[in-house]
Amino acid sequence: MSTYPDSFYAVMRRQGISRRSFLKYCSLTASSLALGPQFVGNIVHAMETKPRTPVLWLHGLECTCCSESFIRSAHPLAKDVVLSMLSLDYDDTLMAAAGFQAEEVMEETMRKYKGRYILAVEGNPPLNEDGMYCIVGGKPFVEKLRYAAKDCAAVIAWGSCASWGCVQAAKPNPTRATPVHKVILDKPVIKVPGCPPIAEVMTAVITYMLTFDKLPDLDSQGRPKMFYGQRIHDKCYRRPHFDAGQFVEQWDDEAARKGYCLYKMGCKGPTTYNACSTVKWNDGVSFPIQSGHGCIGCSEEAFWDKGSFYDRVTELNVFGVEANADKMGLVTAGAVGVGIAAHAAVSINKHKKTETHKKDSL
Amino acid sequence: MNAIQTPNGFTLDNSGKRVVVDPVTRIEGHMRCEVNLDENNIIRNAVSSGTMWRGLEVILKGRDPRDAWAFTERICGVCTGTHALTSVRAVEDALSIQIPENANTIRNIMQLTLQVQDHLVHFYHLHALDWVDVVSALKADPKATSELAQSISPWEKSSPGYFLDIASRLKKFVESGQLGPFANGYWGSPAYKLPPEANLMAVAHYLEALDFQKDIVKIHTVYGGKNPHPNWLVGGVPCAINVDGVGAVGAVNMERLNLVSSIIDRTIEFIEQVYLPDLQAIASFYKDWLYGGGLSGQNVMSYGDIPEHANDRSFNNLLLPHGAILNGNLKEIHEIDLKDVNQIQEFVTHSWYRYDNENVGLHPFQGVTEPRFELGSKTKGTRTNIVNLDESAKYSWIKAPRWRGHAMEVGPLARYIVGYAKGIPAIKEPVDKLLTDLGLPVTALFSTLGRTAARGLEAQYCAHLMRHFQDKLIRTIKAGDLSTANTTKWEPDTWPQEAKGVGTTEAPRGALGHWVVIKDGKIDNYQCIVPTTWNGSPRDPQGNIGAFEAALMNTQVVNAEQPLEILRTLHSFDPCLACSTHIIDKEGKELTRVKVL
Repeated sequence: MSTYPDSFYAVMRRQGISRRSFLKYCSLTASSLALGPQFVGNIVHAMETKPRTPVLWLHGLECTCCSESFIRSAHPLAKDVVLSMLSLDYDDTLMAAAGFQAEEVMEETMRKYKGRYILAVEGNPPLNEDGMYCIVGGKPFVEKLRYAAKDCAAVIAWGSCASWGCVQAAKPNPTRATPVHKVILDKPVIKVPGCPPIAEVMTAVITYMLTFDKLPDLDSQGRPKMFYGQRIHDKCYRRPHFDAGQFVEQWDDEAARKGYCLYKMGCKGPTTYNACSTVKWNDGVSFPIQSGHGCIGCSEEAFWDKGSFYDRVTELNVFGVEANADKMGLVTAGAVGVGIAAHAAVSINKHKKTETHKKDSL
Repeated sequence: MNAIQTPNGFTLDNSGKRVVVDPVTRIEGHMRCEVNLDENNIIRNAVSSGTMWRGLEVILKGRDPRDAWAFTERICGVCTGTHALTSVRAVEDALSIQIPENANTIRNIMQLTLQVQDHLVHFYHLHALDWVDVVSALKADPKATSELAQSISPWEKSSPGYFLDIASRLKKFVESGQLGPFANGYWGSPAYKLPPEANLMAVAHYLEALDFQKDIVKIHTVYGGKNPHPNWLVGGVPCAINVDGVGAVGAVNMERLNLVSSIIDRTIEFIEQVYLPDLQAIASFYKDWLYGGGLSGQNVMSYGDIPEHANDRSFNNLLLPHGAILNGNLKEIHEIDLKDVNQIQEFVTHSWYRYDNENVGLHPFQGVTEPRFELGSKTKGTRTNIVNLDESAKYSWIKAPRWRGHAMEVGPLARYIVGYAKGIPAIKEPVDKLLTDLGLPVTALFSTLGRTAARGLEAQYCAHLMRHFQDKLIRTIKAGDLSTANTTKWEPDTWPQEAKGVGTTEAPRGALGHWVVIKDGKIDNYQCIVPTTWNGSPRDPQGNIGAFEAALMNTQVVNAEQPLEILRTLHSFDPCLACSTHIIDKEGKELTRVKVL
């Protein structure tokens, strides 16, 4: 059956999983990726026979939260992704080799798999000071990024750093930290934003590419539609309280204990495109709103520069509800107004999102 | 150069062969290490350089102090949450905000969760491969491996069949020719001492720990909504408690408490039946390798953490001990005053920053930072292609913090030395037992292995403290106290016009402090000094070397082409480079000096 010594199927069998369960897994994978039953066969075939696609995982300016999230994946388990589904040839956070031996591994993969490896990027390159705010092997990280990108099949921009710039690119962006798609212009870049992205979203995006040999469908901003097509607000279990005008008015009040809507506490769910309210976090245990704090919008471009996390996302009449609700009374800086206005526009028409967000970009 | 003597007692000689390790892998962030070896391959000079800088504290200037936790949390995704907790504590200190008992309890549970999960991931996924030869595991006999495993632990996954499965998986993996993260390691180096069976057992537990660590952090998900980067709140915690009424499903309820409880039970079991037996088994093969002590036998420091009661700032209230030890004198434990401008100071003579007078250090409340990337005249290579650093000039993005002028080591070993010196039974007894079991004297603690051992023992201590605080939370709820947040000073119009505060935690890697100045409701100045700034610091104006450099000194390297010993000692600190590189400009100027040349 298995023509490859360590195919995903072979691994599952060794773990005592029956063929029947394996097929069930494939069918669940198909449905969780929103694919029809006709795709189950493709998944089965791919997982039984394919050699592992090499992945080079580079780290620029970042905090490693994306790697940490990735290893939290429950389905599939991170160990099975790393050992059986792909070949994680270079990742400075996990790899055994160091120094020149590590650099050798990267060279070899680039040579052997020219045009066929995936470049995963966590973090971003700073461009100020000749790029020397992030030095790897004595050279600017941006050089290494460009070098590794030249022969890759595609780039995955993990997290908000690689996708948008994230915290180090927040104003005044002292290092001129720059998202990957502004540096790598000649390769497809798949953005998987979030600070960090959800573990199972990360592994689903990469297994989708390995399974179907194609890039996921992307929205106008380069994000996989299957996970970033809807607002957190659209699928939030507290949405009925929003619609009914039932809001938390202050932390730990009666409404907070009853699980009312966090909109007045600054929740950015109405303007944030992500899968938190559906996939949820850490094997589905919870997500920020369920645990009582508003969404901070961490998968949105420039979410750090849109006012306080406790400011309401927009003027109240934009949503046409609870028009008389009390204001939080927070005084915000001038720039905040721009951010809020931008968000309001986004929430009305997401197709205008790209243009609107440009105001806040680097 | 001729040999020079540092004031903190090391003889540096950079005349021998220079060896460079860059990138140092299996750490957080970017780091470079250079050493000089003498004719016997002994390290006679060590240079550690932080090679990234993000400028987060510049970015914080002018922002809402209630938001600072989210920014600073993104300093590090590995020790996720500890910066956020430090930040809310700093803001609460500045604004004199009291928090409910439950908030303190839940914060402790979250901080301890991090401590345990981070130590576990560090031991197995960042550090183990310095001691464990994966390729040697291929030669192991599964039956003998099973006997070894069962002789040291009751852990149930220990049958010959289980290890046979792991061995065949490993074999097929290697035969595939795609070694992934295990490619090109220092396999086969004579510096590896474990027999094949111990290597196979460790590989099996490497994989089990990778599966299990993701479950520990579900505690963050319950109380903070997600991990990495759970949510926090100035004045308390954001999760409300409701165990009785309508809406309980959207709050901390009985099901959530049970989930946390079951995770704590399994965590204690994993630490005691897998982590600690592995640690002891591995240590027993390396107990002659007692290099890497560095500063640990001289100067160590712990701010202390895990307050038993809310709002009690006394040191006795802390379950991880507070104190500093100087010159190895365990009889005298000094108190640290984080607001005293003469105690903690940062220097930049060898860091890529500029002060008007670089001979003096600055307290974080007065911190000045202007990045200045410049290389010394003896640098080999070019500005953007460094071959060898010139350590007589500026050579790192990390500043050099000093306590009363002393370079200090921080981290689990520092905490355990302070706790041991204080005679705290929960710390001293397990240390004595481990040393007795291994047949080692107390001085063996001051080593790379001691650092690794202290981390394991601390994971156990912290796992039991998780249980303690979870039980306490349930007791408090039972007594009718559901409060999780104090909002009386939530609105900025309730704040003084100007306020200053300090927050601390003991992060997994050591003492962490945030200093905040608030003016007119906004952040006027924000400074962090993080564990890896202490441990990874470059030299200071007096020439004192920091903990990384000190720990590498006088270590023998078996094979200069495979400097496993360097990784071993650096990893024992669990370096976190994204944390360590930070700045703020006191005047709040945008960094106009920074430009593309």
